[in-house]
Amino acid sequence: MTRERKRRIEGSIALALSTLAAILGLFWLVFILGDVLVHGLKALNLSLFLNDPSPPGTEGGGLRNAFVGQLIITIFATLIGVPVGVLGGTFLAEYARGRKIARIISILSDIMVSVPSIVIGTFIYAILVRPLGHFNGWAGSVALAIIMIPVVLRTTEDMLSLVPWTLREAAFALGAPYYKVITQVVYRGAATGILTGILLSIARVAGETAPLLFTSFNNSFFSLNMKQPISSLTVTIFQYAMGPYDIWHEQAWAAAFVITIFILILTITGRLIIKWRYR
Amino acid sequence: MLEQIELRVKGLNFYYSGGIHALKQISLPVYSNQVTALIGPSGCGKTTLLRCFNRMHDLYPGNRYEGEIYFVKDNILSPDMDLISLRSRVGMVFQKPTPFPMSIFDNIAYGLKLKGIKKRAELSERVEKALRHAALWDEAKDKLNASAYDLSGGQQQRLVIARALAVNPEVLLFDEPTSALDPISTAKIEELFATLKKDVTIIIVTHNMQQAARISDWTGFMMLGELIEFGKTDKIFTAPSEKLTEDYVTGRFG
Repeated sequence: MTRERKRRIEGSIALALSTLAAILGLFWLVFILGDVLVHGLKALNLSLFLNDPSPPGTEGGGLRNAFVGQLIITIFATLIGVPVGVLGGTFLAEYARGRKIARIISILSDIMVSVPSIVIGTFIYAILVRPLGHFNGWAGSVALAIIMIPVVLRTTEDMLSLVPWTLREAAFALGAPYYKVITQVVYRGAATGILTGILLSIARVAGETAPLLFTSFNNSFFSLNMKQPISSLTVTIFQYAMGPYDIWHEQAWAAAFVITIFILILTITGRLIIKWRYR
Repeated sequence: MLEQIELRVKGLNFYYSGGIHALKQISLPVYSNQVTALIGPSGCGKTTLLRCFNRMHDLYPGNRYEGEIYFVKDNILSPDMDLISLRSRVGMVFQKPTPFPMSIFDNIAYGLKLKGIKKRAELSERVEKALRHAALWDEAKDKLNASAYDLSGGQQQRLVIARALAVNPEVLLFDEPTSALDPISTAKIEELFATLKKDVTIIIVTHNMQQAARISDWTGFMMLGELIEFGKTDKIFTAPSEKLTEDYVTGRFG
């Protein structure tokens, strides 16, 4: 009788503690999202997307340069990071399957995923900024690409490994060479999984600030020149939030709102694809 | 009727990469336009033997063949053998249906495209012919652009047979093609064999002795990597020369 009672009390305590922990975690999440939503929506207007920044402290102006800069940096990062990641994952899952080198690269790649992004930023600073003498857009894209590669590589490897081996044998049995087996049959089987990985990796780098601070830095003017400093939303948010002007704070909120929504959409799309594919 | 030999296996030994001696001194003829069944208890090497005919073992490093398999005049085990052309002459159907993640039409057209056939009209014609040949045309003609995964298991297996037939192979290898199917689908595929052998030579591995007796002309009984007996199917099942064969076909073991 007492034993049963004791167990029931222990059960209630465990339940209470884990519920509390969940609420605590969710509270901050909702708090942050709500804060960004309220402040961001208030500051959101069309001029934000259509105009470049006005002189510091004056009213008006927008962040067109940062939106466009962010877009360009992210697009080039994707163009560099995705092919390398997908081909690397293909090497691990297909050509090096079962070999020691594949295990080693997988593990290194997992370590790469958890390397602080500021380390990658300073690394690119040393090889692509210092030697050139100035911050530049390419360095920003390369830094983001390096963050993307291990994510895309591991997802590709996992997704390709899920494709049944008999499917490859069936294609071989028709006289297909290996590269055609991979590109025409295996990739099709793993397409949605790989696409999801790519979307999630874009979402991952779109919010990065530290690596861009050291590479593409910022630019108060509209620029499409990747050889020069180029503006990005995250670095702009960082600078504007630290700045002394109210209008900057408002615009930083608006930018934070836009980037949060963008990442949210990417992530949710990624999750939906997974759900739809593996239901 | 003079029987022509399509494939002649001579003194074949096969070693898996771990050094396991899986096939021991196998010699047998495979007659053209006939069905040859390979039977025997699990692990006897019948699938291993089947996969020698299209050199499937070459996909995995460390496997080793000794001996010869003559395909008309060429030794297919020779290191100079072009595996891509060999595999387009010797097709294979697996135990589980293996449709590719693409439409029914593209599945059948896959092998044709590999051979460099690109003209839409020719592709359509050969896809239809292959589907008719595999007795799937009536069920599939209205949904050629649907995913191959929309077909039932039995239909998928006939799709895979049609895909193999589309490239006009000379030999078709079947690795327990009906063991994952229901009795009705099995019957449909068994019926196919009679018509298929007019055009191709068939080798089938089966666990089902009744199936071997029903559909094959020749039967090889294997055990522990050796070919115990090879002969006309009637003879193997009614008057085998070997005691082991008799014990197996009468169900005393296996």
